[in-house]
Amino acid sequence: MSKKFSGLTFGRLRNAPEHFLDGDLLAHVSQNGLDAQRRNFIRSSFLGALATATGASALAQNTAAVGDPAILNKQIWATTLGKPVAANPYGIPSKYEAGLVRRESPGLTRVSAASVSFTPLQGLFGMITPSGLHFERHHQGWYEIDPALHRLMINGLVKREMIFTMEDLMRLPSVSRIHFIECGANTGLEWGNVAVPTVQYTHGMISCSEFTGVPLSTLLDLCGVDLKKGKYILAEGADGSGMTRTIPIEAAMDDVLVVWGMNGEMLRPENGYPLRLLVPGAQGVSSVKWLRRIEVGDQPYASKDEAVHYIDLMPNGLHRQYTSIQECKSVITTPSGGQQLLTKGFYNVSGIAWSGRGTIKRVDVSMDGGKNWREARLEGPILTKAITRFNINWDWDGSPAILQSRAIDSTGYVQPPINMLREVRGTRSIYHNNAIQSWKLDANGEVSNVQVG
Amino acid sequence: MFKLAKTFAATGTRAYLKPVKLVALVLFSTAAILFMVKEGTAQNTTSNQFNGLGRTATPAEVKAWDIDVRPDLKGLPVGSGKVQDGQPIWENKCASCHGTFGESNEVFTPLVGGTTAEDIKRGRVASLTDPKQPQRSTLMKVATISSLYDYIYRAMPWNAPRSLTADDTYAVLAYMLNLAEILPDDFELSNKNMAEVQQLMPNRNGMTREHGMWQIGDAPDVKAVACMSNCVEVVKITSSLPDYARNAHENLAEQNRAYGPFRGADTTRPPVAKLPGSELGRLASAGSTPTSSAAMASATTLPSGTPATLMPPADLFKKQNCFACHAASSKLVGPSLVEIAAKYKSQTDSEAKLTEKVLKGGAGVWGAIPMPAQNQLSVADAQALVKWILTTH
Repeated sequence: MSKKFSGLTFGRLRNAPEHFLDGDLLAHVSQNGLDAQRRNFIRSSFLGALATATGASALAQNTAAVGDPAILNKQIWATTLGKPVAANPYGIPSKYEAGLVRRESPGLTRVSAASVSFTPLQGLFGMITPSGLHFERHHQGWYEIDPALHRLMINGLVKREMIFTMEDLMRLPSVSRIHFIECGANTGLEWGNVAVPTVQYTHGMISCSEFTGVPLSTLLDLCGVDLKKGKYILAEGADGSGMTRTIPIEAAMDDVLVVWGMNGEMLRPENGYPLRLLVPGAQGVSSVKWLRRIEVGDQPYASKDEAVHYIDLMPNGLHRQYTSIQECKSVITTPSGGQQLLTKGFYNVSGIAWSGRGTIKRVDVSMDGGKNWREARLEGPILTKAITRFNINWDWDGSPAILQSRAIDSTGYVQPPINMLREVRGTRSIYHNNAIQSWKLDANGEVSNVQVG
Repeated sequence: MFKLAKTFAATGTRAYLKPVKLVALVLFSTAAILFMVKEGTAQNTTSNQFNGLGRTATPAEVKAWDIDVRPDLKGLPVGSGKVQDGQPIWENKCASCHGTFGESNEVFTPLVGGTTAEDIKRGRVASLTDPKQPQRSTLMKVATISSLYDYIYRAMPWNAPRSLTADDTYAVLAYMLNLAEILPDDFELSNKNMAEVQQLMPNRNGMTREHGMWQIGDAPDVKAVACMSNCVEVVKITSSLPDYARNAHENLAEQNRAYGPFRGADTTRPPVAKLPGSELGRLASAGSTPTSSAAMASATTLPSGTPATLMPPADLFKKQNCFACHAASSKLVGPSLVEIAAKYKSQTDSEAKLTEKVLKGGAGVWGAIPMPAQNQLSVADAQALVKWILTTH
């Protein structure tokens, strides 16, 4: 059998384990499939040559007179046998989606082990970021840590300093919650002026996932945390950078999670496998990856990533230390910078909004650079410290436009224009730029990144 | 006990019961209720204590991992190091990235520079308010000497973190502060005088926690208003990308779908003169997808178990983390690819020699840090990498 079908392009056809198809039937099906495939191949080649020779208008006429070749031609996927189950034991996106991948911004960093890769927001839908497209930020490279050798230590101001294995942690009562993680430096390139062309590079250091783990409060309680003396925790990673961040004890006892699950499976290695902290609403660096230690203390730690890096320079020369909360922000993801519209007419303008202080209450969209605004539709579920997708209908008449979105959160905070933030923070603070984003749409259909004043 | 409850469940389902059985049933059920209460209590207790999960950390374990040093110097190891002892360590382990004087801007932003004697007196770095200051060096920013000690001890050198002893760390830190003209040449830094040296840190008064972005209830910086109509008189574009940057992030057409409502703009060409129209769009999606995007497609669909020999050398280079030490054109820990190609390209036996070096490691040719053996590579892969370096750089 296997010899008979060798060399067929739809190959790797194997008998089902049950052998419920007899050999003759299988041969018949396969032979017909082959014929259809050959016929179709010849036809497509002919049409392809025709299109090249006569150009768009001829094809359009042809389409109008007879019909759409996509319908009139038999397609290979409808006329031959498809691939078997488990051809990709771990499923991967279609090859037609290959452009939508994490990318570095050229020239942003000089060492790729201490760099960023950005999420392709321009092609994503809904509120969940596919795990393979979650942005990356590593400080000293990443590793695949053997979970059997991973430990979590809790020490400091606790009754009993403890060690947990992955087995211990995963036996505890777990919770699953959807939250965003946004790097504090997201949109940081745009403080002074427009610097990058697309939403992937302006806003692609945000992702939103369903995380599964145990509340940190459960572990701290288990160790007998001293809440009288303990005012802060230090979270530490197991990577070479030994990432350390101080978190106020109120947050630690509130909604901070120690997570292993991300979108229904284990964390990806680049995102902290097998264990990370999740500090909802805080800048990503606080959600320490490859989490190996929590220390309870009575003072902040001023660790390297809160004393040398991740400090915000103010115009008066002071640096703000321990800035953490990611304030209310939104961005239109389609259409967005670097995209090309082909025709006038109807579009569903879509984007994402989020707030580190709570839920999204409203998103307004302007098509005229902020003169007039309309309220967008919010798609559910609307969750605290999570991405909320918004959509708004738009009939584009072909004239130039400037698209903006403006989010309002449950505290009443309104996402500000860039100039309002600059008045307080200047242009050199790098972190926490949550300004309104503007996309200019030209009459030729091309969208570009601009700032308006 | 458990068996008893089960019996109760079995008899309890019967609708008709003789008196004798009823008595028994009452007895059984009382016992069963007692059992259930006890069970419930046991469960509550379990949910608070999580019996069997976690164990007490040993003092040696805590000591091994708890290496952080706080601004009040809690956690600082006992030890000392002289400026002069720091110099050889610096030159062997730090200078390749940070420069001989800590001034290098090649791999990371400078460690040293931009501070003055006046700053040391005042505890504020004046150049931080100068918008023309090109870079913020580490010593311009950092307020706490503990942060530097912790940084070096925890995470340096870049490619071999936690390989320095406590004394090494004091010596390196002393040398770095000497480069910044904070400590004199003959200084010995130790756990005993760190608090005094803290008082010389140029930006020690330069940090503030007065902002609304740490605690959830804090007030934000700005209060925008959600105006809905006629909000601005004139919309003025204040910033946009210059034309020469059009393709700086490579072809945006390949970073978007080739179908659907929006394509990526083809940034290898000037903007199109007018709206392309749907027919052109349909054609684009049917056939004229950029060839490189097809190449990307095949690259990403390679099954994960593909033998490494099928991988393009550029990808292999990335996958094997070679970039951690070798950049394309600037020197990192190891020589740049351009430097390697320049040196060996013309030598006849260089390919074999370098392949062996990649596989077995080497030392001394480019500096003090040896090239570690890459014995996880197949010979074919090592050859492919070497060939790629020599022919394309």
